[in-house]
Amino acid sequence: MERKEWPLWEIFIRSRNGLDHKHCGSVHAPDARMALQVARDVYTRRMEGVSIWAVRASDIVASDPDAKAELFDPAEDKIYRHPTFYQLPEEVNHM
Amino acid sequence: MYTQSLSIPDGEVKGPRKLENPEYLAEFNAKIDAGDFIEAKDWMPEAYRKTLVRQISQHAHSEIVGMLPEGNWITRAPSLKRKAILLAKVQDEGGHGLYLYAAAETLGVSRDELTEALLSGKAKYSSIFNYPTLNWADIGVIGWLVDGAAIMNQIPLCKCSYGPYARAMIRVCKEESFHQRQGYDLLLQMMKGTEEQREMVQDAVNRWWLPSIMMFGPHDKDSIHTETARWGIKRISNDDLRQKFVDATVKQAEVLGISLPDPLLKWNAERGHYDFSPIDWDEFWNVVGGHGQCNVDRLAARNKAWAEGAWVREAAIVHAEKQAAREKVAA
Repeated sequence: MERKEWPLWEIFIRSRNGLDHKHCGSVHAPDARMALQVARDVYTRRMEGVSIWAVRASDIVASDPDAKAELFDPAEDKIYRHPTFYQLPEEVNHM
Repeated sequence: MYTQSLSIPDGEVKGPRKLENPEYLAEFNAKIDAGDFIEAKDWMPEAYRKTLVRQISQHAHSEIVGMLPEGNWITRAPSLKRKAILLAKVQDEGGHGLYLYAAAETLGVSRDELTEALLSGKAKYSSIFNYPTLNWADIGVIGWLVDGAAIMNQIPLCKCSYGPYARAMIRVCKEESFHQRQGYDLLLQMMKGTEEQREMVQDAVNRWWLPSIMMFGPHDKDSIHTETARWGIKRISNDDLRQKFVDATVKQAEVLGISLPDPLLKWNAERGHYDFSPIDWDEFWNVVGGHGQCNVDRLAARNKAWAEGAWVREAAIVHAEKQAAREKVAA
């Protein structure tokens, strides 16, 4: 029988409550339950996490790095969105 | 653990090919020069991609094969404490292999292709694991010298230009320090023991010293892959790293109370470094080329484990498919 490779899962770990889950790598696992088990053994051997998300890599939708310029261009000339754009009198500039 | 300077040609690697394009290449080079990271889906020259696949996968294979010489001693560890420590270390090596395989896979190769390359003997792994572990002190010396050399090699890789590799290496390096320290601690303990135990330590150091300094790979003048420096993959040269390792180790050997087996090892005040004997590179290439003492055993052990695990891998995937189908019917 031609053996299929276990699907790839992207793993996200919350290191402690109050922080976001953060991508830390990927694992191969046949199903969601095993993905969590494997992720625990691979990525949290030293108490690195309190919560794990596993997402099938094939389910992730990503922007195209080659289209980076067009995609992010609209934000580039809107410097008035930053507080430093506004020069206020010295006495109140720490506002 | 455990990279040596892995600039050793394997066979070809397959994967998606992208057209070489001078405009993209200029952009890529500019990013490298600016110290930016390259990420998985970014355009990259095919030669860069291939070099990374080769280096990262050889590194991953080394971690996996590296579990064998130490795993051999888990059942013979002299105390429960040392057994627990060794188990944790060997588990780390497996983990390091997995971080690195995952990083290599971002470059468009599959895990199975990489595993195949190792099992068929096509891919290389660190020459150090083709030496046998003969006594308990070997376990300490591997931690101290072999992991120590690996740390020297690996720290610069945390800043390598390929993002997924750099991030995997940060994770690896955080865990390596435990490996080196537990080894040194084990040896300190043995040195406080009987005369016979001290002799075991010296014997292990005598056998592992040269293989350890060979881990840094051929001399810079004989190195075949200078573009790895251009691309920000290798940031410090083999010879510089080796010198740094030798300089750091002399003091540690002194504190331990053993001698390093090199009659020419001597402080050179003019250079500000220790001089040491020339290295027998024939032995290095012989071991890398598959003729070390344990090459056959190591590959046989990996092939056996892979073959004996086949039914588990198959059963798990069939079970997952069956569950998914049932859930679909129920929905």
